Amino acid sequence: MHVLLVGTSHHRAPVELRERLAFGAEPGADLASRLAGAAGEAVALSTCNRTCLYLAHSDPETARSLAVAALAELSGLAQEELGPALYVMLDEDAARHLFGVAAGLDSMIPGEAQILGQVRVAWEAAAAEGATGVVLNRLFRQALHVGKRVRTETSIGENPASISSAAAELAASVFGDLSGKRVLVIGAGKMGELTVLNLVLRGAERPVVVNRSLEGAERLAERFGGRAAGLDVLDQELERADVVVASTGAEEIVLAADRVERAMRRRRHRPIFFIDIAVPRDLDPRINGIDGCYLYDIDDLEQVVKESVAGRREEAVRAEEIVVEETEKFRAWQASLDVVPAIASLRALAEGIRAGELERARGLLGSLSENERRAVESLTSQIVNKLLHLPTVRMKEAAAASDGLIYAEAVRHLFGLGEEGR
Amino acid sequence: MPELALFLFWPALAGYLEAALAYAGETVRPGRPARFAVWGVRLGWLAQTALLAAQAVRADGFPWASWAGSLNLFVWLTVGAYLIWGCRASFRLLGLVVMPLAVVLFLLAWAAGGAGDEPRSSFGDVFLAFHVVLVLAAFAGFTVAAALAGLYLWQERRLKRHAPDVLRLRAPSLASLDRFTGRTIAVSLPALTIGIGIGFGRLGTRGGGFDAIIAVTLVAWVVYAAFLILRYGAGWYGRRSAYLALAGFLLVLVVRVGLPPVAHF
Repeated sequence: MHVLLVGTSHHRAPVELRERLAFGAEPGADLASRLAGAAGEAVALSTCNRTCLYLAHSDPETARSLAVAALAELSGLAQEELGPALYVMLDEDAARHLFGVAAGLDSMIPGEAQILGQVRVAWEAAAAEGATGVVLNRLFRQALHVGKRVRTETSIGENPASISSAAAELAASVFGDLSGKRVLVIGAGKMGELTVLNLVLRGAERPVVVNRSLEGAERLAERFGGRAAGLDVLDQELERADVVVASTGAEEIVLAADRVERAMRRRRHRPIFFIDIAVPRDLDPRINGIDGCYLYDIDDLEQVVKESVAGRREEAVRAEEIVVEETEKFRAWQASLDVVPAIASLRALAEGIRAGELERARGLLGSLSENERRAVESLTSQIVNKLLHLPTVRMKEAAAASDGLIYAEAVRHLFGLGEEGR
Repeated sequence: MPELALFLFWPALAGYLEAALAYAGETVRPGRPARFAVWGVRLGWLAQTALLAAQAVRADGFPWASWAGSLNLFVWLTVGAYLIWGCRASFRLLGLVVMPLAVVLFLLAWAAGGAGDEPRSSFGDVFLAFHVVLVLAAFAGFTVAAALAGLYLWQERRLKRHAPDVLRLRAPSLASLDRFTGRTIAVSLPALTIGIGIGFGRLGTRGGGFDAIIAVTLVAWVVYAAFLILRYGAGWYGRRSAYLALAGFLLVLVVRVGLPPVAHF
């Protein structure tokens, strides 16, 4: 049984084509079911950056034709047009690719966390439709394991990859747990909204939004269940706030350092973390010089994100080692499938002989008690198992080293397996 | 040096040294070095524990009465205090301060003969056990508090200067560092107070001289008491309280290694 991958991603296809090939969980499960009906097993995976069809089939060429035809139909393009955007991988390469995808190594930002959930959903949806079997179940189970392992053993996913999440992480570097921390939002810009979302997700309290226009403040406050106010209460709110997010469209500084200094005295120098994501800046840069105040503007945050992403890329090298190691395990397992029928036949033969001989000796053993008979059953089973243990292990080892079929053939020949009818 | 040093001192030193180097490596490439460092601390501390146990068994009385011997015990207590929560992932960088100090002081204790067989003290064992162990335990706590304060100042500086790697090379949050510095001192000061009290009781009953070590220890006590009053009474947070904790630790260092060893009883 071969594993085949046919798909495309942001490495090969422009967004226009990726859009045409994208599908949701339900249509993906239907597609997998259709492909599995003809090919054996299938899983259809679609994320923002890729569409991949995984098939398990005894004939890779047939599977490839089916998958390409399905993708052509999905995109509405002729197979020849679609061809250059597709990649086709077989067995070990297909497994390595999936493991890399699950680990977030194939994502635009290495270590992206969402992808693992998307792989799980695609597999579970296909499994629910009965489109998966021994091979793809094993492949996807192992892919999820790889994803978790990479995130546990490397720090690829630890550093923030966006301005808003970096801002929230920096606030956490000051306060630790953000639970109960008060957020003051100056302005009602879109970037400010994303930053507040990240802070609230980390447990910060509902924000107070101050804005020149109360309407804009109310809209943003409502979204997070917070409170809106005019700019005239800024000084009072500053006394209570722990994190200040500024994102107004003002042309000049909205909050001067001397106002912050006064607020700091009133709040006995309890720290405040300032995030200024407005351009031009809203907050006086001298605020950063005040004891207990930490000010990050958009450039500072971009530097932090850049460094974080660089860190993720470094960790990706270690993650790649895990992917290679796990791919080797899958390859060995897949190769062992070649000898499974021979092993099963050999065991069936041995078991048949054992049961037959016991049956023939029934007359002699008739006088045995129930316990004694059970002991004889157990003894003969153990002899058979011990005799077959080493050949079984050796055949699996040989399969992992690509000699499986030769060994399987030798075993069939030596024990006359499959010759019952002769 | 007897065989004790050969079998127990060197493994302990090797563990501490490995940990100090691995913590330094952690600053260059975060992740794996810290795991090796934690094991270095654990194994080194176990070896030193065995060394102290062997010293106790072989000695005819309290074996850490000498300056070098008490320095050996002090290192063990300091690393022990660090081990309580210093090996947690978020506090790993604390080892960057604690472990090099432990290595230097441990080597000093060994060079001065504190890691071998100690002569029997002429003082009562129970008295020494309480006085010396309490004072040294308090000093160990102050050492860890100083490491926390140092880490606070370092991390605060990185945040203020917008170091791009501030999230890559992770340190505990400023709030945690500030809180733990305060708590560590709050636990250590009562130990020092009782230790000093026992010492004065001894001075009163048996007589003895008021020396520089006693004087500096008392000044350290005043600094740490002031720290607690300002920290919890006047709301001193962050940088100011960190500097005060470091000032107190300078006095601890003066007592432990700066002043000539004298027997004040």
